[in-house]
Amino acid sequence: MHLDHSHDGPSAVSADARRPDGSRRALRIGLGGPVGSGKTATVAALCRALRDELSLAVVTNDIYTREDAEFLLREAVLPPERITAVETGACPHTAIRDDISANLEAVEDLEDEVGPLQLILVESGGDNLTATFSKGLVDAQIFVIDVAGGDDIPRKGGPGVTTADLLVVNKTDLAPYVGSDLARMAADAKAQRAELPVVFQSLRAEDGVRDVADWVRAQLAAWSA
Amino acid sequence: MSRAALLVLADGRFPAGGHAHSGGAEAAVKAGRVTGAGSLEDFCRGRLHTAGRVAAALAASAALGVDPVSLDAAADARTPSPALRVAARKLGRQLLRAARAVWPSGELDALARAFPKGAHQPVVLGVAARAAGLGPVDAAYCAVYESVSGPASATVRLLSLDPFEATAVLARLAHEMDLVVDQAVEAAREVVDNGVDALPASSSPLLEIGAEVHAAWAVRLFAS
Ligand SMILES: Nc1nc2c(ncn2[C@@H]2O[C@H](COP(=O)(O)OP(=O)(O)O)[C@@H](O)[C@H]2O)c(=O)[nH]1
Ligand SMILES: [Mg+2]
Repeated sequence: MHLDHSHDGPSAVSADARRPDGSRRALRIGLGGPVGSGKTATVAALCRALRDELSLAVVTNDIYTREDAEFLLREAVLPPERITAVETGACPHTAIRDDISANLEAVEDLEDEVGPLQLILVESGGDNLTATFSKGLVDAQIFVIDVAGGDDIPRKGGPGVTTADLLVVNKTDLAPYVGSDLARMAADAKAQRAELPVVFQSLRAEDGVRDVADWVRAQLAAWSA
Repeated sequence: MSRAALLVLADGRFPAGGHAHSGGAEAAVKAGRVTGAGSLEDFCRGRLHTAGRVAAALAASAALGVDPVSLDAAADARTPSPALRVAARKLGRQLLRAARAVWPSGELDALARAFPKGAHQPVVLGVAARAAGLGPVDAAYCAVYESVSGPASATVRLLSLDPFEATAVLARLAHEMDLVVDQAVEAAREVVDNGVDALPASSSPLLEIGAEVHAAWAVRLFAS
């Protein structure tokens, strides 16, 4: 990361690690994955787990409603001014990968208005297995799939499963009911991802988000170091 | 003047946020005014000669070096709908971000300082064209083309319209786009001499009303 001295006043143009005033910007973590896999539920659980120890905010990318933002507001996981919804024009992957300007504006506005922030979670509108976040938008990404979407998804791979910094296999509590073989999913994920980490979680369990929260803490420690 | 730079700026994939906006097409589809290629062509023609013409004159003026602050105020005066002003400034901010990364320039930095939350998109477009080494004609072409290509590609998504038909609509409008560019550049040259009152003020009330209605929907595919 470089120190850029050219941004006196006007906001930064890209993924610079510093804000225009020279301070370090928040770590940005993207959460992607198919519709219904548990991205919003994971964001909500992370907010509850982390909000007392660090300053954080959330950007949602809903496909055609403000449903995710409204869920987070209703659940009161954060004060309302810390949750922003971006409209994505029927193309959620475009807004997180090919044309990230609206999302960059959302994260910068959050830092201006409720900052200083240490962490911003950016949830993608649910998409297919190829959707990944641009490095210009996030510093690390989590790909969330669930056991009910079919236990062959890790085997099929795709950019999200293969390259995400963390793969989360959610809803393990449902595995017995949908006949998903968790051991096989773990082996397939290992084959696709080599040393990249995988977390199996059930948000129905007590403190179910613990492993992911620990991973986020480690990312933040590395970012602030 | 580089023709290739014009292609970069005019490319529909230029990452400046346009993909999330329908240029009024979503409201028009919902209201039953756009139902297929024929009515899409009517819609685009109307937009071209109203919002498109004003945008092109603003962009050409900015490309000629007219003060962006006065152009932005003139754009506000020509945009009755608050929702459309918000959308235009949002898009202007996004375009400014992209243009500053692609064609770094002191004028773009100054524009960002003057409008941290965004100036009207056509004004930014004109300054971006300057930074890219382009002229008023190029800036006007980008503006008129965007004024019709946005609704056309949005309609492909909204109505599952045959993409070949939607593109043929754009091709049929090409000659009219040429004419609007000529008029817009002429107006811009007058702005240089006589100030922003020389800008056209053609408007389409249904686009303005539709934008206000659209902004109030709870469920929509596009931001505007
Ligand atoms: N059984 C079970 N349901 C879950 C779990 N995580 C999320 N869900 C439910 O799955 C549904 C979709 O979750 P959501 O977070 O909205 O998915 P998103 O589309 O990826 O954001 C909701 O009804 C959640 O309550 C889990 O670990 N176990
Ligand atoms: Mg969600």
